[in-house]
Amino acid sequence: MNPAATSPGSGGFIIMATFLVGLMLSQIPLPYVIEWGRPEWVALILIYWVMALPHRIGMGSAFFLGLLLDVIKGSVLGLNALSLTIIAFVTLVLHRRLRMYPRIQQSMMIMVLIGINQLLFHWMQAFTGYTGDSLMFLLPCLASGIIWPWLFVVLRGIRRFFRIR
Amino acid sequence: MQEGRAFISLLLTPLQWFVDVPSRVAGEVSDLVVDRRLLIKENAMLKTENLELAHQVQQIDSLVQENSQLRQLLQGRKRVLHDVELVELIGVNPDPFQHQVIINRGSENGVFIGQSVLDAGGVMGQVTEMSHYTSRVLLITDARHALPVEVNRNGFRSIALGKGQVDELELEHVPDTADIQVGDLIVTSGLGGRFPRGYPVAKVSEVMRDPGRPFARVRIKPTALLDKSRHLLLVKMPQQVLQLNAEVAEARP
Repeated sequence: MNPAATSPGSGGFIIMATFLVGLMLSQIPLPYVIEWGRPEWVALILIYWVMALPHRIGMGSAFFLGLLLDVIKGSVLGLNALSLTIIAFVTLVLHRRLRMYPRIQQSMMIMVLIGINQLLFHWMQAFTGYTGDSLMFLLPCLASGIIWPWLFVVLRGIRRFFRIR
Repeated sequence: MQEGRAFISLLLTPLQWFVDVPSRVAGEVSDLVVDRRLLIKENAMLKTENLELAHQVQQIDSLVQENSQLRQLLQGRKRVLHDVELVELIGVNPDPFQHQVIINRGSENGVFIGQSVLDAGGVMGQVTEMSHYTSRVLLITDARHALPVEVNRNGFRSIALGKGQVDELELEHVPDTADIQVGDLIVTSGLGGRFPRGYPVAKVSEVMRDPGRPFARVRIKPTALLDKSRHLLLVKMPQQVLQLNAEVAEARP
C-alpha cells in the first residue's frame, strides 16, 4: 500500500523521475560501435505515459521534454520539442488501439512512431546543416522497437506499484 | 535565445554531472585496486618519458631567446605565450552526427565563445556554446568545422576540414604541385584569429595526386586523442589579443 499516491492526479513526481532517468540514459556515453543504435529513451517513455495516462501526459509535457532534449543534443531549440509533440499527438490519437495490440504489434507501431520522430528530427537538422548523409540515424527506431516490451513491463510495474492514475 | 538556452542548460547541469558519476567512480576504483607492479612499471616509464621531455625542454629557453632576438632584428612583434587551464570532460553529445563534448567550465569561470581547447596531443576544438558552469566544445572532426592550418616543414597554408569521422580530417584545395608528404606535421596557422599559432593538429596520412582531379586529396590524422582524452586544456588568451579579436569581429559585416 502506498498511501501517498492513491488519489487521482498524484504520482507526478514518479512520472517526472522516469523522464529524468530517460534524459540521463539518452546522454550516457556509449562505445562508438553501438552509439548509432541508442534507443530514443525519452520518446519511448513519453509514448508509454501518453498511452497509459492520456488525460495527464500530452503534447504540453512532450513540448517541455523536447526543449530539454534539445539542450542535451545541442540541436536548435525546438526541433525535438516539435518532433516529440507530433509523436505525442499521434499516440494520443492511437492510444486506445495501442493498448489493445499484442506486445509484438505494439513494438512494430513503436518502431514506426520512433521512425517518424527520427525522420522529422534529422530532416529539420539538415536545414541547419547539422547532419551527415548516412541513413544510420534510422537505427534507433529498430533498437527502440526491440527494447519496448521490456520497457513497457517495467513502466507498467512502476505505474501499478505507485497506483498512478 | 542564447541565454534561454544557457538557463535550460543550467537546469540540466546536475543531470550531466550525475551521468558522469559512474565513469568517475570506475576511474577511482581502478585507481584503488591497481597492481603494485603495474604502478612501478608505469613509474619507470614516466621517468624515462620525463627525461626525454626534459632534454627537449633544455634547448627551448635558448631557442625562445634567440627567436625573440631575431624577431626584434626583423622589427617583428613578440610572440605571445599562452597560459592554459586544465579542464575535465564531463559529457559527449549523444548525437553521433555531431562531434561535440561538454567540459566542466562555463561563463562563470571565464570561458568565452571561440576559446581553443587542446589536449596533450594537439588541438581538440573550440568552445561554441556555454552555460554558467559547463560549455560545449565543437571538435575539429565535426563536419561543420574548418581550421586554418599550415605544414610545419615549409609553411604551406591550407584549411583542415572535419568530415564527421573521428580519426580523419581533410585538407582543402591543395594544388597537385604542393610540397606535402606523408608524415608531415600540420600545425595551426593562427590565421582567422580563433586558434593560437603553432599548435599541432594532425599528421598527413595519405596524399592522393589524381590527374583527373583539380586538387590533390590530402587526408590527415589528428594528433589529439579526440575520442579518448578526459583532461583537456583551455587556452587562455591575453587581454589584448581578446580585444583585438573583438574589434576584428565588429569590423566584419
